[in-house]
Amino acid sequence: MTEFLGTELSGTEFSGANLANARTGALDRFAGAASALVVTPGDPATRFIFRGGKAAQAAMGDAFGIALPVQSCRAATGQSRAALWLGPDEWLLTGEDGQAETLFAALESALAGVPHSLVDISHRNISILLSGPKAAAALNTACPLDLALESFPVGMCTRTVFGKAEVLIWRTGDTLFHLETWRSFGPYIWGLLSLAQREYGAL
Amino acid sequence: MLLIACPYCGERPETEFRYAGEAHIARPHDPSALNDDEWVDFLYQRANPKGLHVERWRHIHGCARFFNAVRDTVSDRIFKTYEAGEPRPDVNAVAADVLAKESER
Ligand SMILES: [Zn+2]
Repeated sequence: MTEFLGTELSGTEFSGANLANARTGALDRFAGAASALVVTPGDPATRFIFRGGKAAQAAMGDAFGIALPVQSCRAATGQSRAALWLGPDEWLLTGEDGQAETLFAALESALAGVPHSLVDISHRNISILLSGPKAAAALNTACPLDLALESFPVGMCTRTVFGKAEVLIWRTGDTLFHLETWRSFGPYIWGLLSLAQREYGAL
Repeated sequence: MLLIACPYCGERPETEFRYAGEAHIARPHDPSALNDDEWVDFLYQRANPKGLHVERWRHIHGCARFFNAVRDTVSDRIFKTYEAGEPRPDVNAVAADVLAKESER
């Protein structure tokens, strides 16, 4: 850069405007790449795993405030809560942090007498958020699922395998993904995602 | 990557699944009424065919459900998957049906 300034620009032509037009910033390409893939730790949250038959599903939908999705691999959201289909009789319920105890008690009393299972996993799981046009590609560095929008649309969620760790992938936007995993898998998955970031020049 | 069609989730990579042995083996209602040979048969004796086999699989890293599959043990091809609890299909008819549809194309 100093050589460029010395040879191309004389003292009189040297001004801020000329300089800005003439040169490409040394970090510009990294700045551009960074917006292609942003990986951030998710906030703490309240999380329950719910299992139950038809009667329990209906009662839980009423008590939780979101009808549990019955279509496979779909999430339903509302009022900062979400219900994610995990299996034909299994859902992940999420809400804002700090309400685990009160919400758990409220749900249990609403489902009293109805056979079901409700487990607080708020602290078992962590979440990682991916955004940017390279988010799907980053996931595909260690997960063979077809993440094209046609086959994995917004609102789809599923457990799968990322590298050697089980994760839940939830597409919350065209280029937005929410990952859930067991907290002990967090550093491993974060490391693989860091490699993906290096792949896309975004470190 | 071998794709396996989970009856609940659709086609998924094989790494999400776990094999779970031969399907449609019912536990005897009254095990104590069996003699030792019959109990051994129930516990250990399996068809182990060269060819079409009906077996249990579990979508362990997905919906986590058990289901059944008709698989050719020679080609490793899976001709049909169906929910646990459904009756055992005629495996030869299942395979013939799939192959006939293929040859029409
Ligand atoms: Zn499945």
